[in-house]
Amino acid sequence: MTARTVLDRAGTALGLIGVALVFGLLVGPQFFDPANLDLMARQTAIVCMSAVGMTVVIIAGGIDLSVGSIIALSTVVIALRLRAGAAPLMAAAAGVLAGGLCGVVNGVLVTGLRVVPFIVTLGTMLLVRGAAKGFAEEHRIEAPFTWLNDLLRARRGLSLPWGVWLLILLALLVAGVLRYTRFGRHVFAIGSNPRTARLCGVAMDRTTIVVYAISGAFAGLAGLLEFSKIAVGDPTVGLGSELDVIAAVIIGGGSLNGGRGTIAGTVIGAAIMTVIQVGSSQRGLASWVQQIVTGAIIVVAVALDRIRAGRAAD
Amino acid sequence: MADELTGARPRFEMRRVRKTFGATVALDGVSLSVAGGEICALVGENGAGKSTLMSILAGALQADAGSMRLDGAPYAPRSPIDARRAGVAMIYQELSLAPDLSVMDNILLGAEPMRFGIVDRPRMREAARRALGELGHDDIPVDAIARALSPAAQQIVEIARALAVGCRVLVLDEPTSSLGAADAGRLFELLRRLRAQGHAIVYISHFLEDVQALADRFEVLRDGCNAGGGAARDARMQDIAAMMVGRPVGDLFPRTPRHAGDVLLDVVGLEPGAATFQLRRGEVFGIAGLMGSGRTRLLRTLFALEPVRAGRVRLGVVEGPRTPRACWRAGMGFLSEDRKGEGVAASLSVSDNLTLTRLAPFGRGGFVSPRRQRQTAVGWIERLDITCSDPDQAARELSGGNQQKIALARLLHHDADVLVLDEPTRGIDIGSKAEIYRLIDTLVADTAQPARAVLLVSSYLPELLGVCDRIAVMRRGRMGTPAEGRLQSAHELMLEMTGGNRA
Repeated sequence: MTARTVLDRAGTALGLIGVALVFGLLVGPQFFDPANLDLMARQTAIVCMSAVGMTVVIIAGGIDLSVGSIIALSTVVIALRLRAGAAPLMAAAAGVLAGGLCGVVNGVLVTGLRVVPFIVTLGTMLLVRGAAKGFAEEHRIEAPFTWLNDLLRARRGLSLPWGVWLLILLALLVAGVLRYTRFGRHVFAIGSNPRTARLCGVAMDRTTIVVYAISGAFAGLAGLLEFSKIAVGDPTVGLGSELDVIAAVIIGGGSLNGGRGTIAGTVIGAAIMTVIQVGSSQRGLASWVQQIVTGAIIVVAVALDRIRAGRAAD
Repeated sequence: MADELTGARPRFEMRRVRKTFGATVALDGVSLSVAGGEICALVGENGAGKSTLMSILAGALQADAGSMRLDGAPYAPRSPIDARRAGVAMIYQELSLAPDLSVMDNILLGAEPMRFGIVDRPRMREAARRALGELGHDDIPVDAIARALSPAAQQIVEIARALAVGCRVLVLDEPTSSLGAADAGRLFELLRRLRAQGHAIVYISHFLEDVQALADRFEVLRDGCNAGGGAARDARMQDIAAMMVGRPVGDLFPRTPRHAGDVLLDVVGLEPGAATFQLRRGEVFGIAGLMGSGRTRLLRTLFALEPVRAGRVRLGVVEGPRTPRACWRAGMGFLSEDRKGEGVAASLSVSDNLTLTRLAPFGRGGFVSPRRQRQTAVGWIERLDITCSDPDQAARELSGGNQQKIALARLLHHDADVLVLDEPTRGIDIGSKAEIYRLIDTLVADTAQPARAVLLVSSYLPELLGVCDRIAVMRRGRMGTPAEGRLQSAHELMLEMTGGNRA
């Protein structure tokens, strides 16, 4: 690891510390209460889960706008399965699988049609949202209460909720895959320069489809966490959350030009957005202030990144 | 020189123009003048400085030293628009029309007739029609979308655009490279008519037969210097070719004893390219040809980067590998001519770039140990003397020569038996060039275990002659039969490449 990649990561982490300190001063010391930190971890989990998958897509030079809709579809599928009497684990698996299948469709369309991912996933964003509404017959699906609803519940003794542990485990796994497998090196190669990757015999189509499948599955997992929180299957949930997910990756140092991004950065990026959200509401700031601050952070993060990249190019 | 030859006062005059890019001297005091009513052909090998010189004339580049005069007045355009206003226009090889605008919009782009602050469409149509009419091309509809026109018609529109704003000096860069024979003939007619109207025309071309058919005078550039010139009509093609290549081949090219072994690559009737040849272990087979002659296309087809239309490729025991992946697997590696766009991935690290085709040695079952990957990369960095701070450095931070060595090291790491090299030394410093020549020699030498086979495409004749054992020439998309048993002279090759041997 070179000094600069350390600095890259430290840069995002420093941003998180800075934002946390500002809200700590505004809200007071109770902001850093273990209970409050636990609350924020739970708040982050949904966006962060999907952002882990999105990081892989963005490193590969793509984008996935359909994740918000997949989250909704996943909650609907889980609720429907539970209502049909399926075991909670099976219902959860069905939700994740549905997400993964949506991802495979995205991947096949991107590679097969040779249409840019932005357009393909803009289409599937509407398509999946419509499918979710169709399955749910435009209603919220009530489901029996199971242990799935406890995934994001605060646990006694301030130990993190199971859903957050799941997130941490999977984030570590994906970070490992990106760094220590042939697939991971190929993802970086495709995102860095697809022509070089093709020349070097990287299996472009297969890798791209797997990349989108990962993003879909992680959106399905985010849907599982969302279901845990709202306890119903809701086809209108997660509207616009794809932008939060993308923002987390970008704040975390991912580049929409591909070839760059880290899981650690993404997790920190998601955390920064949550700190702003929770901090603002606890300070009693209006939601418009929140939005302005989040927007400014995104622009500043990208601008700092450009300056850093500019220096490197000299 | 122009004064002596034509007796006319030059329309434009460039004196001792010098231009450097970093450490590369592109132009080293070049002079050129052309009179009104004269067509001057500018010839030279790729990289001789023709395009640089004309870009300076047309304002796209600025000279470091030297002076220019236009109709006797000092002339120093700071931009192409500046040059156009002064009356100098360049028609580039890649046409630069706005593809989605109509013909008349293109012709009058930036010079639209206005009326009360809005564009006067009827007058615009009239002006566009007149401009095309003057060129004898009423057949091009002024309302057609530029994209829909043939390359030849697009070229006419470009010329019309130049003339519509009153250009008196017209520079054409390889105008016939994308045209068929009939279109080329019509273009020549048009250029002769423009000459009769008193325009000064500079015609950059590789095709010596074009030069003889069209130009009044020719001027040869070689390595950024004037290398001679004269009246086109009396010049013999052999003399022009000699002026283009006449440079000594030094000890850049070592040759250890080699001898040809078994056939590794067998190509029969491969289309596009009309290529039939065999490549043997222990030999370097060269393909000569000018830019646009189809060499690169042939190599890309061979490496399955572009579709095969006909023919047969056998690589070792593998019949017709259909993807680049299959080619690597069968032991063939490819070095792209487009280093920045394809050869290396700029934001990827040196070690990733170097080992991308073969990650298997760094771990089992799809795993990769970054530590072992880095160790291997360090080995190649030392062996090829690549200058970089460490193997995790992004490839973009390295010089062109070092990037090229990484791309080449990739083939070595892969342990490829057949190395397909497209312009391996283009745009890199002389030191890196020499190292690459030495490397190619060691790969095919008897001392190599086992000896490899190299297929080399280059625009640089001394390089081909210095490195290769056999050379075939490509011209207008077709590969000729390689001369057996001996190397042609630079002179013969240049004649074959330019079609001069048919005159």
